[in-house]
Amino acid sequence: MPVDPSKNDPVIQVRDLTLGFGGRPLLERLNFQVQAGEVFVLLGGSGSGKSTLLKHMIGLYEPMAGEVRIGGEVLTGSEGAARRRILRRFGVTYQSGALFGSMTLLENVRLPLEAYTRLSREAMDLVARLNLQLVGLAGFEHHMPAEISGGMQKRAAIARAMALDPGILFLDEPSAGLDPVTSADLDRLILRLKDILGMTFVVVTHELPSIFAIADRVIMLDRESRGIIAQGPPVQLRDHAEHPWVRRFFNREATEAA
Amino acid sequence: MQQQEGYLETAATGEGGCTLRLGGRLDAYTVADLWPRALQVLEDHGQTPLQLDAEGVTYCDGAGVALILDLLRRPRTAPVTLVNVPDKVQRLLAPFDAAALAAPPPPRAPRQGVGRRLGEAIQGLGQGLHAQVAFIGETTAALVHALLHPRQVRWADAILIARRAGADALPIVGLIALLLGVILAFQSAVAMKQFGAEIFVANLVALSLLRELGPLMTAILLAGRSASAFAAEIGTMKVNEELDALTTMGLDPLRFLVVTRILAAVLVTPLLTLFADLVGLAGAALVLLTFDIPLVTFVNQVSQSVSLTDLAGGLVKAVVFGLLVAGVGCLRGLQTRTGAAAVGESTTRAVVSAIVLIVAVDGLFAVIYFHLGI
Repeated sequence: MPVDPSKNDPVIQVRDLTLGFGGRPLLERLNFQVQAGEVFVLLGGSGSGKSTLLKHMIGLYEPMAGEVRIGGEVLTGSEGAARRRILRRFGVTYQSGALFGSMTLLENVRLPLEAYTRLSREAMDLVARLNLQLVGLAGFEHHMPAEISGGMQKRAAIARAMALDPGILFLDEPSAGLDPVTSADLDRLILRLKDILGMTFVVVTHELPSIFAIADRVIMLDRESRGIIAQGPPVQLRDHAEHPWVRRFFNREATEAA
Repeated sequence: MQQQEGYLETAATGEGGCTLRLGGRLDAYTVADLWPRALQVLEDHGQTPLQLDAEGVTYCDGAGVALILDLLRRPRTAPVTLVNVPDKVQRLLAPFDAAALAAPPPPRAPRQGVGRRLGEAIQGLGQGLHAQVAFIGETTAALVHALLHPRQVRWADAILIARRAGADALPIVGLIALLLGVILAFQSAVAMKQFGAEIFVANLVALSLLRELGPLMTAILLAGRSASAFAAEIGTMKVNEELDALTTMGLDPLRFLVVTRILAAVLVTPLLTLFADLVGLAGAALVLLTFDIPLVTFVNQVSQSVSLTDLAGGLVKAVVFGLLVAGVGCLRGLQTRTGAAAVGESTTRAVVSAIVLIVAVDGLFAVIYFHLGI
């Protein structure tokens, strides 16, 4: 959550990244950068490797070749204290929210603070409450995850991912399973966090309304060519994309969405 | 990202006031040191107006905001005022309500009275009992239906479960039974040797293994291995809404999941018990060899001391134990609530209830067999 993110400064660099399973590449030689303070969306059809790419970008999987840099430091293959330092720079929310079911929302958000900082208990509680207030969950501090709705769980997961003020948030299908109104609320939250805190977002989503509402730039992945078939602002891709699949994706669904 | 420390300074202002200057980098790591020092300043100057000067802040994140808001929300006789706030910090502070943070967050639900909680506990107990009786009834009906219509039973599933619960359990059952036979034989042989009665160790071991320990130990092992597995499997299916999917497809989870497991357990428990009896006797025979009792003598002594009724009595028990273990495992699995912890809870409850039931029913069998003269 930097006060002054310097714009046009790449915070994530993906260089010659080849990823796959069992020796079979899924995506090959990917190169792209994510700038500070932008909302960057990963798009692609089912099975194109969006979520797998996201998991490589956050260091859960090791690539077959290439590297991922976060804030200029190489995450790929890093270990020990250096890796932990890089991991603190970003937060992740998963498709299901992945809140710990046996802890209250406050305890969920406090957990990373307990692990990484020397703050007093009272101070940690206050930081956790502020994060919950920021995502619109003030008053739900002592609720268990099972007691709140899916949309609220996603917002609580964002609050937990933000606990250490990471500067970068990775969101894996944040709108999945949410109604359009709740989904739009979540989009507004992302824009608000970007605006107030200058955070950078990397989002995997299929929802066209969401993409047009939040994305500064998108890249579209393709299973057959095992690479990026289009990149740029969503409106530009909708109106000027050369690849027929990209035009169909944006125009057909955009018509339905409208 | 430049590494910079946060700092805190105090300076006296005119009219007896004090200025607390916060500056540098305020993040979750640097504020850990500043926080107690700032609170100390607040306490030391409790009676005088305090200015909180944030001009020198170069970086501020949520923890920095929390520190500033914490200093502002503390109840004091003299006011704390925030001055010289950089625009960017002001934007961070804007969405938060310091007044709302002064009060503790509302509790989840007001605590209820003892009477109400006691009532709810009794009601819960009643509902649990009702569910168990209903489960026993429905399972019996499903089992009878399965016996009358054996072609409708998913035998492939049942055989797979029988393999996992039975054949795969052979090593552990064998190990425990061998140990049991060896220990029983050795401990009793040492005592009986004083009376020259080592030969009767064979009677003791054979009777206790065939009638009691064989079925009991096998059932307890099955409770630990398979009741827990059944509960975890069905519990996870419930959490993943797979049971709902079965129900909406018109497939009864009892017939689909429970009957196959009960049939498998009923099939394998007597077989495992028989195996445990044999291995236990082999262990005892080994020990008695060291007491100069040859194998032939041991076998003769065993065949004279136990009858087929003893063996059958033990196997009948094993069938009932198998029914209990599978039934309880499945029942606990079906009773699973939501969440990852719920599956663990069901598994624990399955093992504990199965063992308690096994012990209770074993006592019941002792009484019945006594009255039947078996």
